[in-house]
Amino acid sequence: MSTLLFYIFSLLTIVSAIGVVVSKTPINSILSLIATFFFISCHYILLNAQFLGIVNMIVYAGAIMVLFLFTIMLLNLNKDSEPQHNNFVKVSAVIASGMLLIVLLSAFKDTININHNTLAVVHTNQVGLLQNLGTVLFTKFLVPFEISSVLFIAGVVGAVVLGKKEIGE
Amino acid sequence: MNTFLSTLPAVPINSYIALSAVLFCIGALGVMIRRNIIIMLMCIELMLNSVNLLLTAFSSFKNDADGQVFVFFVMAVAAAEVAVGLGIIVMIYRNTFSIDIDRLSELKN
Repeated sequence: MSTLLFYIFSLLTIVSAIGVVVSKTPINSILSLIATFFFISCHYILLNAQFLGIVNMIVYAGAIMVLFLFTIMLLNLNKDSEPQHNNFVKVSAVIASGMLLIVLLSAFKDTININHNTLAVVHTNQVGLLQNLGTVLFTKFLVPFEISSVLFIAGVVGAVVLGKKEIGE
Repeated sequence: MNTFLSTLPAVPINSYIALSAVLFCIGALGVMIRRNIIIMLMCIELMLNSVNLLLTAFSSFKNDADGQVFVFFVMAVAAAEVAVGLGIIVMIYRNTFSIDIDRLSELKN
């Protein structure tokens, strides 16, 4: 049952990820990417990482993709007029990423094959629950957590500076 | 939820590695094959998410919460990156009236 759910979610994730790459208009790409994030959240729930599943939905599908949608809508970019690479570039890109996939899969296949029985994800562990993650985040990772707020300030200032019009423009 | 999940057989970690590798390669393919800057940025998000999924799988597998905290930080960095990246894209669009990546080749000649 869990294996079946894993394969269903994996199939849906990969199909919607391919939809991001091949769809013609940017809006369809964004909708496919939201579907991808939703299925990745399903994977998190299946791994019993409930906090990450919810945060993934809120942050990625809720905030980041809305930013993308706003940019597309405000710039009125939803046209099917994207110039295409020539076929040589496309074929070589497909070959390159396929080679990367083969290298990754073969490398990891040989690395993690020691004892198959112990190498399964246990779905009942408690590490993904909110209490446990919060304890770790605010004790062991307190300094990186605070530094990430500095990163956010830098991001906000950078976005405002980049986005505002120059005087006299 | 826990009693429901405890009845399930576990998924081997190799499956998660394979899924993450496939997602990462789809994202890399998207960066290489498209010319729209916004879609390239979205494919970068896809690659970040594949790594997040693998970190979470290993964290569950090792029964260690550090990986999931790392995923949290990756999400924070991704949010800041998207804010700045979209600002840059708006700037590029204002200057060149296009979001074609090949317009940005003035340095070449």
